[in-house]
Amino acid sequence: MSFISYLINGISLGSVYAIIALGYTMVYGIAKMLNFAHGDVIMIGAYVVMASITRAGLPPFAAILVSIVFCTVLGVVIETVAYRPLLNAASSLAVLITAIGVSYLLQNIALLIFGANTISFASVVSVPALVLAGGALTITGETIVTIICCIVIMTALMVFIKKSKAGQAMLAVSEDKGAAQLMGINVNGTIALTFAIGSALAAVAGVLLCSAYPTLTPYTGAMPGIKAFVAAVFGGIGSIPGALIGGILLGVIEIFGKAYISSQMADAIVFGVLIVILLVKPAGILGKNIQEKV
Amino acid sequence: MAMLEIKDIEVYYGMIQAIKGISFEVKEGEVIALIGANGAGKTTILHTITGLLSPKRGSVLFEGQDITKIPAHKIVSLGMAHVPEGRRVFADLTVYENLKMGAYTRKDKAEIDETIAMVYKRFPRLEERKIQLAGTLSGGEQQMLAMGRALMSHPKIILMDEPSMGLSPILVNQIFDIIEEVSKSGTTVLLVEQNAKKALSIADRAYVLETGKIVLEGDAKALMDDDSIKKAYLGE
Ligand SMILES: Nc1ncnc2c1ncn2[C@@H]1O[C@H](COP(=O)(O)OP(=O)(O)OP(=O)(O)O)[C@@H](O)[C@H]1O
Ligand SMILES: [Mg+2]
Repeated sequence: MSFISYLINGISLGSVYAIIALGYTMVYGIAKMLNFAHGDVIMIGAYVVMASITRAGLPPFAAILVSIVFCTVLGVVIETVAYRPLLNAASSLAVLITAIGVSYLLQNIALLIFGANTISFASVVSVPALVLAGGALTITGETIVTIICCIVIMTALMVFIKKSKAGQAMLAVSEDKGAAQLMGINVNGTIALTFAIGSALAAVAGVLLCSAYPTLTPYTGAMPGIKAFVAAVFGGIGSIPGALIGGILLGVIEIFGKAYISSQMADAIVFGVLIVILLVKPAGILGKNIQEKV
Repeated sequence: MAMLEIKDIEVYYGMIQAIKGISFEVKEGEVIALIGANGAGKTTILHTITGLLSPKRGSVLFEGQDITKIPAHKIVSLGMAHVPEGRRVFADLTVYENLKMGAYTRKDKAEIDETIAMVYKRFPRLEERKIQLAGTLSGGEQQMLAMGRALMSHPKIILMDEPSMGLSPILVNQIFDIIEEVSKSGTTVLLVEQNAKKALSIADRAYVLETGKIVLEGDAKALMDDDSIKKAYLGE
């Protein structure tokens, strides 16, 4: 039974990674940049939920909505203020360095407002745990909600991209910004929308993560951010189903590594597997090898 | 009044001046050819007209309106479509989705479907392959798709950048026949070509470009008989 329980926990943790990885992968696919501040948006989202509940006295559901709106706006502001002026810059290194700068900025703002102390984050999930197999297998409410959220988000996003006009515009921009403009697509607007969606998802991920692992510091977003980035690369950066597969895989490997090998070694195992996968498939599991058609 | 008026534009890439003061005009209903060797600046001019580049000096007027400062994505809804050099179809989208993309700025679904039917009629090959990914089409089919996609916006004027590039002689003839049909159906055409012979044969007037300047202009038939043109561009 413990195997199944680990597997479910792994899928649940992986679902959070997948939701975060979506933000990396969409921004990379469309703006061709790595937004390393993405992980810190998760942390900000979690603080907003916490503050809305404990300081403003909002009910959890309203607090989550506030956090989603806040992060969406934050994502768009980061994009317009910090990244857009560099979009046509000669070096993509400039964008990368700016992203790292934004990441530290967000961490330090949180430090300034909330302090460095670890805050315990009360779970906002009120779904009861599921007890199966006569008590041998317990699935927590957080786990259930996380997995359901991941499924809903993935499905909604794929339908949005396939069926909506804005989604098709995203695909066009990701392939060829110049040609997209000739179709009448506002490229800057489309990139901003991508950041908005990615950041809204980061808020959701923040809530799920802190409900499952109920502590919060200004650095809470950093490690999950890096792991989700790894998940995105795992699956093939730029690919949405890739983010799902990469995220789940990463979560399962991490939990199995902790359970069966060593909890100190779990992260090393995760990154080791990444290296092996990239040696075999350099573009990731679902990634396309970049080919220029002449 | 000319439909499209280019007034003394100068365009730079960084410090390098690619266009050194060019003026020309396209009147409604005309087919205008812009010919010149590699690197003469033809693509740069088209990009400047549709806003992908902005000129350092000079202006672009469309139907009397100064569009020099209008961003590229707002140009198409004014009635100007651009078939870019190298086709640039969306490889990961299907033929049908590419055509829909061409109608991005249009709202009326019924009208869009009508235009798609019109494009399929003009390019039956596209209809046969409507669910195929554009990236897997042959070069000629991609050119047809790029032209069909541009027609989807229902343009008053269509700018085409070397539509015959890399195509077999039969396909070149086919593409030029289609350009003539498009022109006959009332769309004004600005055609950039290296295939000067073909371009001059369907154009009303032409401009000859050399390293960022217009060196010759006039009636297409007259240019075909011009000795310097014959030597430099027609291989005679
Ligand atoms: N992105 C760029 N950066 C720097 N220089 C450029 C750039 N694009 C074009 N040029 C230069 O500007 C000049 C005009 O180029 P352009 O592409 O307009 O020529 P063209 O007439 O379309 O040529 P071709 O027939 O080969 O397509 C060339 O000298 C070219 O090297
Ligand atoms: Mg060119």
